[in-house]
Amino acid sequence: MTDTYLRLVNSGVTKKLAKQLGLPRPAVLRRYEPGQPLVTGPVLVLGRGDSLPPAPDAAPTSPDADVVARVLAGWGLDVRRHPSQLEEGARWGAVVVVLTELEEPTDLSGPMLALGGTLRRIVPSGRIVTVSRAATPDDGPALSAVRVGIDGVLRSVAKELRAGATGNGIVLAGDATLGGPSVAGLLRFFLSSKSAFVDGQLVTVSSDAGVLPGTPGDWEKPLDGKVAVVTGAARGIGAAIAKVLARDGATVVCVDVPAAGDALAKVANQVRGTALQLDITAPDAGDRLLAHALERHGHLDVVVHNAGITRDKLLANMTPDRWDSVVAVNIAAQLRMNEQLLASGKLAEGARIVSLASTSGIAGNRGQTNYAASKAGVIGMVRATGPLLAPTGGTVNAVAPGFIETEMTAKIPALTRQVARRLDSLQQGGLPVDVAETIAFLASPVAGGVNGQVVRVCGQNLVGQ
Amino acid sequence: MSPRKTPQAAPSSTSATTPAVRDAVVVGGNRIPFARAGSAYRSASNQEMFTAALEGLVARFGLQGERLGEVVGGAVLKHSRDFNLVRESVLGSSLDPTTPAYDLQQACATGLEATIAVANKIRLGQQESGVAGGTDTVSDAPIAVSEGLRRVLLEAQHAKTTQARLKAFARLRPADLKPNPPGTDEPRTGLSMGEHQAITTAQWGISREAQDELALASHQNLAAAYEAGFFDDLVTPFRGLSRDNNLRTDSSMEKLAKLKPVYGKNLAHTVPSMTAGNSTPLTDGASTVLLASREWAAARSLPVLARFVDAETAAVDFVHGAEGLLMAPAYAVPRLLARNGLTLGDFDFVEIHEAFASTVLTILAAWEDDTFCRERLGLDAPLGKVDRSVLNVHGSSLAAGHPFAATGGRIVASTAKMLSQRAAETGRPARALISICAAGGLGATAILESA
Repeated sequence: MTDTYLRLVNSGVTKKLAKQLGLPRPAVLRRYEPGQPLVTGPVLVLGRGDSLPPAPDAAPTSPDADVVARVLAGWGLDVRRHPSQLEEGARWGAVVVVLTELEEPTDLSGPMLALGGTLRRIVPSGRIVTVSRAATPDDGPALSAVRVGIDGVLRSVAKELRAGATGNGIVLAGDATLGGPSVAGLLRFFLSSKSAFVDGQLVTVSSDAGVLPGTPGDWEKPLDGKVAVVTGAARGIGAAIAKVLARDGATVVCVDVPAAGDALAKVANQVRGTALQLDITAPDAGDRLLAHALERHGHLDVVVHNAGITRDKLLANMTPDRWDSVVAVNIAAQLRMNEQLLASGKLAEGARIVSLASTSGIAGNRGQTNYAASKAGVIGMVRATGPLLAPTGGTVNAVAPGFIETEMTAKIPALTRQVARRLDSLQQGGLPVDVAETIAFLASPVAGGVNGQVVRVCGQNLVGQ
Repeated sequence: MSPRKTPQAAPSSTSATTPAVRDAVVVGGNRIPFARAGSAYRSASNQEMFTAALEGLVARFGLQGERLGEVVGGAVLKHSRDFNLVRESVLGSSLDPTTPAYDLQQACATGLEATIAVANKIRLGQQESGVAGGTDTVSDAPIAVSEGLRRVLLEAQHAKTTQARLKAFARLRPADLKPNPPGTDEPRTGLSMGEHQAITTAQWGISREAQDELALASHQNLAAAYEAGFFDDLVTPFRGLSRDNNLRTDSSMEKLAKLKPVYGKNLAHTVPSMTAGNSTPLTDGASTVLLASREWAAARSLPVLARFVDAETAAVDFVHGAEGLLMAPAYAVPRLLARNGLTLGDFDFVEIHEAFASTVLTILAAWEDDTFCRERLGLDAPLGKVDRSVLNVHGSSLAAGHPFAATGGRIVASTAKMLSQRAAETGRPARALISICAAGGLGATAILESA
C-alpha cells in the first residue's frame, strides 16, 4: 500500500535523478495532525477590484472580500489584502479569491490575473480557494456566463498547481450568505491539510444551516458528544473513518459483517467505541443499528454508509450474482437503512448521513458496470434524500474517492496501479484518511448548509468532473 | 452466665454489617469460534485465545479503559508459565490494567464455576462487574519431561559442584528422554473419560440410535442458530474462523450410523455405541461472559440479558465404582431445585453439556428413574422428565466442540441471550437450568432467569 515511486522522487539521490530526468515528481502532501497551524504562511484575500499589476495604493473595493477576510482574521490568520504585501523571499500559505460580486466574464480578468501573479510564490501544499455564486435560471446570460466560467477557471488553476498545492471552490447557492456557518466551515476545510487530496472541486453551500463552533477549541473537536455509526469499519477506508470521527470527538459504533468481527473489534477498541456485527443487507439493519445506538448511547447523530463491495466483470461476461450482490450492498441496503432511519423519526436534530460514492460512478469504469450503477445510484440517492432531512437541520451527502491506497487497490496489477496513481493533478493516490477527513467535515455541525452534494476526494482525477 | 457474647449472637451482629444479597446479571458474552484440535488454532496459545475473546467482549460493550471488578477464568490444560494466565490476558487487553484477575480451574466446569464466583461477589456487593470465562487448547498443550528426567534436572540444578552435577546426569536412562504428553485420563482409574462414560452408558442401556439422534439434533440446532444470526453478538471470529469448525451442517442419521464405536469396545456383555459422532472432539477455544450489578449496567446503558439465580456443585465417587464419572450433575440439580422450590418442568430451557451424547441421556434417564431418585437422591418420586423441546435448543458441545474451560462461558452467554429473547417474545419471565459435568466426578449446575 506504499507508493514507492513517491518516496523515491522525494528523497536522496533518486530525487536528484528524477529532477534531472524531468520525471513527474508527486509531492509529499501535508496532512492533518491535531494542533498544527491551519496554514503555513500568510493568507491573501483577493476580490473584485484586484488587478495585475496591482494598483499600488488602491484600497480593496470588494465588500464580500472584506467579509471573508474578517472570517479568516477571526481565526488568527495573517490575512493580507494586497499581493504586494508579501515580504521578499516569503510565500503565500493560501490565496482566497472572492468572486461573488462579478457580473460578467470580463470581470474575471482582474482577480484571476492577480491570482496568477501569486502562483509562483505559494508554499508547498498551499491552497487556492475561490468563493463564488451558483448560476440560477434567473441569471442574465452574462451573469450566468461568469458564474459558470469560474468552474472552468478553478479546475484549470488546480491543474496548474504544483508541490501538493490544491485549488477548490465554494459556491454559494439559494439563500446562503458569505458569513454563514458552512462557508466558514468549507473555507477552513479547504485551507487545512484535512483536504490534502481534495483538488479541483467546487462544493455548493445552499443555506446558512449549520452551527459554528462555540469556541476556537471546538474546531479541534467538532464531533464532541456526537454518536456516529460507520459501516464497513473493520478495515481500509472504514477503519480510517472511525478513527477520524473518534479523533474529532464522536463515539463511534463500528459496524461490519460478522465474518470481519476480529478486525472490527480491533478498530472499535482503538477508537474506544463499540463493535456491532451486522450484515447491512439484513432487512432490519437500519432499525437494528438505530436501536443499538439509542440503547447504548442515547442518540444517533451521524451515519456513514461506507460498506461496499466490488465484483468486477465486463458487462458482456456479467453474472446475476455479481451484479445483484454489488447492488444489494452498495445501494439497496443504504436506501433501505435510510428509509428506516428517517421513518423512525429518532435521528438526532441536525443528523448527518454521508455515503460513499466513487469516481467510477461519475465517470464510469470499464469492467465496473455493476459498481458504477450502485455508486452513481448513491449520488442520486443523496440528492433526493438531502431535502428530506433538511427540515430538521440534517444533511445527506456523498464522498466520491478516486484512487485510494487500500488493500483493495493494492491488488490491482503493478503497472496499471502505477498509471492509475499518476492520473490526477497531485500525481499520486490518496490515503484512506483523506476520504475520512472529508467525511468528518460533512458530518460536522458546521456543514449544515452543504446538502445533497457529492465531494470528490480524488486529487483531481482526470476522469469525470 | 458468661458475660461474653453467646455464639448465637455472633451471626446476627455480623449480618447487621453484611449488605443484603442483590442481583448479579449477565450483560452479554463473547467467544471465539471453537476449532477442532490441530486445525485453525493449532499455533494459538491459551493466552492469545483468551485475550482475543476478552478483546471482542471489550469491543462489543465499549469497555476500553474500564476497570472491572475482576476477571476470572482458567484453563484445564495449562503450561506452568501460565500461572497468571487470566491476569496476563487482562494486561494484553484494552481493559484498564488495574483490573484484577485470578485463575480458577474445575476441569470442564471451569467456566461455569468462574461465573458462579464472579456472580456471587457481585451479589454480595464486593464488586460491581466482572468477567468470567475460560480457554483451552489441546493443540498447544504442555508436554512434560519424564519423571526421571525431571528428578535429574532438579538435582543437577541444586548440585553445588560440577562433580555432583555430573553424578546427577549419570543416572539418566534413555527411557527418561521420552516426553509425557498431556493426558485426559482419570489419574485414579487410568481410564479415559470415554471409557468411563461407556460403563455408565452400558449401565443405563442407552441406545446407539438415541445417542446419534441427540448428536444430530445438536448439529442441526447449532447450524440453525448460526443461520438465524443468533451468534452475531456472541461470537467474534479468530484466525480466519467465523464459525465452530466442528459443526457439520450435512450430518445425518445415516452418516452417524456408519461410524465405528471408539469407546467401550472391551466391556463385557455390551454392544459398544459411543462413536466419534456422538462424542465431543478435542477442541481449542475461549469464551467470556460479562456480569454486573444492575446499577453498573444501567450506568453504562448496557443490556441486561439474565439474572444469575443460584448454583450448586456436586461430586460422585467414581473411583470405587459407586457412580459413573460424569453423573455428578444428576445429584447437583435436585439439590438446586429443592433449594429454589422448583421442578424440572419450571424451565423454559435446559442446557446439559454434551460431553458425550450418552452423558446427557444417562442424566435424563436417571432423573426419570424411580429407583435412582429414591435410593441415590433420597427423593420419594422421580425428579421428572425434561421436555426435549427445551433441551440444548441452539446446539451444544457435540456440534460446537468442547474446549474444556471455555464451555461454561459459551453456555452461560448463549443461555442468557435465549432467556432475554424468550422474555421479550412472550412478555413473561423465562428460566433456564445449566448443567455441566466434569472430570474427577465433578459437576456444576446453575439457574438463570430473564432479567
